[in-house]
Amino acid sequence: MPFFHMTRSALLLLADSRFPAGAYAHSGGLESAVAAGRVHDTRSLHEFLNGRLHSAALVAASFAAAACHCENAATLGEIDHEYDVRLLSPTLRTTSRRLGRQLMHTARATWPVPRLGLLDALADGPHQPVALGVACAAAGIAAEDAALCAVQGTLRVPADAAIKLLGLNPAEVSGVLAKLAQDADRTAAKALTMARMAQLKNDFGMLPALGSPLLDLTAEDHATWEVRLFAS
Amino acid sequence: MPPETPDTRGTLRIGIGGPVGSGKTSLVAALCRTLREELSIAVVTNDIHTKDDAEVLIERGALEPDRITPVQTGCSPQTAIRDDIAANLEAVESLEARIAPLDLVLIESGGDSLSTTFSRGLIDRQIFVIDVAGGDRLPRKGGPAITSADLLVVNKTDLAPHVPADLEMMRRDATAQRAMAPGGVARDTPLPTLFTSLSEHPGAPAVADWIRELVIERRNPASA
Repeated sequence: MPFFHMTRSALLLLADSRFPAGAYAHSGGLESAVAAGRVHDTRSLHEFLNGRLHSAALVAASFAAAACHCENAATLGEIDHEYDVRLLSPTLRTTSRRLGRQLMHTARATWPVPRLGLLDALADGPHQPVALGVACAAAGIAAEDAALCAVQGTLRVPADAAIKLLGLNPAEVSGVLAKLAQDADRTAAKALTMARMAQLKNDFGMLPALGSPLLDLTAEDHATWEVRLFAS
Repeated sequence: MPPETPDTRGTLRIGIGGPVGSGKTSLVAALCRTLREELSIAVVTNDIHTKDDAEVLIERGALEPDRITPVQTGCSPQTAIRDDIAANLEAVESLEARIAPLDLVLIESGGDSLSTTFSRGLIDRQIFVIDVAGGDRLPRKGGPAITSADLLVVNKTDLAPHVPADLEMMRRDATAQRAMAPGGVARDTPLPTLFTSLSEHPGAPAVADWIRELVIERRNPASA
């Protein structure tokens, strides 16, 4: 059982894009998409986010839900390994672990409970969705909400970056996220089901493995830019 | 292992902020050149040009590349040093873990406004750098950075006759602004302000002295 009782306020705190865990400095691949002209207005942003929702968000949410359920350090290590092999881009692997470490750092100060210690054995720190799941457990957030939080984070990061990079009307960007809200809920629910099935079979290799080859390639390229505003 | 607290950590962390073009990077390079023989130093940069600041530091012979870590701030230089310090904190802690001993880490912010200060969770002391060409009324305008930075540096004093800028007025205004603590309580002595010209004194000796004092204080708390 989590140290705290289940709380919805904790969910709002952790899902807030201002939760200080370093996400604001990342664009989730959007900076490259903007430079290539693939995202240039709210409509193309909507398409970009829709793609993220049905790939990266589903994967991240299923791992966050699985990690949130898990109370065993060795199994969390397996879950983390399964996420690692799903990231083809070395740059994105490094980025995900960096964000995971930063999230754990902030979580330790925010919810100082032993549950967070389950990830201490990972020398380079946990991947971001794994850290998110365990942070949710520590905060008293249920697995279904951990999945929702992962989906929101995956959408929110490029949406915020679009406001900064393209000067889009922030209210219109909120409108784009609102249009995706029902699909976001469905994605989180699907992710939770997949996490439960994997847990039931004790085979986390069953968790979804949807990639975005173009974003893997642009992430590698982005890391070599001399002038970049976002860390990824 | 729990992270070290500011009291037990051996490394002094100093944040250097200030408007774009006020001379933050030049000051950092000067401090590194002046202090590198006596102190082990590393730098974290927050410039949008990933390599630009780092290259300036390396080219001017200040530091080896592995002692410089760039941090990207996603168009939000203020957020990176105040509201969400996670990325900068990780950069500082990884330098501290990698380089031993490490006496001093300088964290250079991206260009700031007069309202930008560093989070106390990231740094031990902060320097705010303005320059005389930015207008001699700047100290009078106040703002959290002018009033509360542990050290205010007024840079490029050699340009004062050309601007023109009234250095005496800047000194008076800065002293007055920095004499009050938050809540309108008068300080025993105003926070310090130093006037520098890196073209006349390339090593920034006065600022280097201020840092030396802090390092000595940290090594030997009894001397404080």
